[in-house]
Amino acid sequence: MDILIYGIINSIILALFSLGFTLVYSISRVPNFAHGALYITGGYLAWIFTNKIAALPYPLDVVFAVILTAVIGSLIYQFIIIRIRGMEISEIIATYAIGLAILEGLRWGGLRGMTFTLPAFLPGSVDLFGVSVDYQRLIIVGVGILIFFLLYVFTHFTKIGLALRGIAQDERASMMLGINSDMTALVSLAIGSALAGFAAILILPLGNIVVEAGYNVLIFAIAVCVIGGLGSIGGTILASFIIGFAQILTEAFISTHYQMVVALLAIIITLLIKPSGIFGKQKELEERV
Amino acid sequence: MENKRKERIDRGIKVRTEGIYAISSMREMLFLLGPRVFLIVVILMLPFVLELAPYWKRVINIICVYALIGISFDFLANYVGLVCLGGAFFTGIGGYFTAIFNVYLSLPVYLAIPCATICGALFCTIVLLPCLPLRGVYFAIVTLMYPLLFTRIIEALNILGGTNGITGLDSFANPYVEHYVIIILLLIFLFGMRRFVIQDIGLVFRGVKDNDQSVRASGINITHVRIFAVFIAALIGCFAGAYLAHLYMWAGISLFALDFSIIPIAGVVIGGGGTLVGAVIGCFILVPLSELLRAFGTFRIVIYCILLTTFIVFKSEGLMNYMQRKYYQFERWVKV
Repeated sequence: MDILIYGIINSIILALFSLGFTLVYSISRVPNFAHGALYITGGYLAWIFTNKIAALPYPLDVVFAVILTAVIGSLIYQFIIIRIRGMEISEIIATYAIGLAILEGLRWGGLRGMTFTLPAFLPGSVDLFGVSVDYQRLIIVGVGILIFFLLYVFTHFTKIGLALRGIAQDERASMMLGINSDMTALVSLAIGSALAGFAAILILPLGNIVVEAGYNVLIFAIAVCVIGGLGSIGGTILASFIIGFAQILTEAFISTHYQMVVALLAIIITLLIKPSGIFGKQKELEERV
Repeated sequence: MENKRKERIDRGIKVRTEGIYAISSMREMLFLLGPRVFLIVVILMLPFVLELAPYWKRVINIICVYALIGISFDFLANYVGLVCLGGAFFTGIGGYFTAIFNVYLSLPVYLAIPCATICGALFCTIVLLPCLPLRGVYFAIVTLMYPLLFTRIIEALNILGGTNGITGLDSFANPYVEHYVIIILLLIFLFGMRRFVIQDIGLVFRGVKDNDQSVRASGINITHVRIFAVFIAALIGCFAGAYLAHLYMWAGISLFALDFSIIPIAGVVIGGGGTLVGAVIGCFILVPLSELLRAFGTFRIVIYCILLTTFIVFKSEGLMNYMQRKYYQFERWVKV
């Protein structure tokens, strides 16, 4: 039973990690290697708001932190990525460099050790079918599902969301219909960063804010996206369940250390068997040489 | 206001030196050989010149190691179109292989390094194989993951010395051997690669980068070409790693450190991508800078990243391409 429950929780966490990355990639085709850095930035901003500017209540801190992360993401797009869009090598190197600069800058700025923790939304734990689960994990599952639902509504029923999907499906046709490609990319990066920041605020209370988490998040996000098919949100969710359960199973039966190995093996097997991922059907022709 | 545009014209001497007429006079030969000989002489002289500053003598080795990784990155990115974000993967594998050969199998240094280079390159090629038939960002993703992954595996399984690493590797006979092994091999690799990419196979490599369908239409298997290219790049990277392990007389997980991935990339972008010499020049600028900034700790990486981003956004041609243009061409303003 605890494999089932913790598997679901782990899968939702992985999906939250990777949602922002896959959204940005599907819409703007920019592989955002700064995703992990944005995740840590979100968590760190929330920590600053709660501990240094104490006047505000915690929910407001969260809102500000998420908005600020989104602003940082859009600034990265507006001033850097926009100039090199379409040049794949430059995009990869530049986003990777930005991510490293943020992460190592935070590490240099003193983000080390055990002192940086975010408060849980609700402390305490509950017995669920004989398994002790703390409230924070339940909140992660609930809010995670809510986010997927909201994202679905946003991309299917609002004007901006439809524009984003249009660009993702066929950029030229959408531009002919008057959708601004740069604007949608900017919005996608803002939303992606906001999702990364919010995921951090949800998930980081389970541990400390450490720089290494940024690298892990990036790797897990990429693993999930490759397996689900780069740029497919449905595939991302399915893949995060596959990896999530695979990780919990290895943890239960082999050892905790193998979590990363599972992710990489999954990537390699996917690349060997079905390179475009589970749901990446339409881009299959583009990706296989 | 008058409209003017900049016109660039090849210098006469550049055109003359393209063919057999290059040997027609001293001036032409000097034009061709000057920069090359200058680079070679400066690099060869460095250990003697820096006799005055012993600390900086150690830095030469490090610069050359980074320059080698930079050459391998430049070759893969700008000639084959594969972005390798994990130069550290090559150095780590090379370092561990030479440690295995030297410590566990007790081969002498001068046998261990070549063996480790070749075995390491084979190993790297095999583990990178799954992502080679694919276009797009997969190669970058997988190379980004491997160094982190191998660090975790070594830590978790406690193999190959675990977190302490493998100690007790043989060192080189004396400091001059130490310097000249790496300097001479750097020069060989540099000029060898420059020669290599203008051969027929180099043309195929660039074809794979620019238009893989046309390469396929010529009946060449793209995956095979890429495997070959990755093997060569891994060869250079693994040699750098193996040398580094013997230099420190230690092979540990810090051979997989981020520095080996990011500094060569920054060096290539600053020095000028696609020239191969650019990697060397970039590293000769960046690595001493990083030594000067040693007190700042991880802030150095931030500085590289900012430099890297600035160059890639605002001056993407890099120093070497700029200098080459000035050397070969003159510019003038003409009326439109």
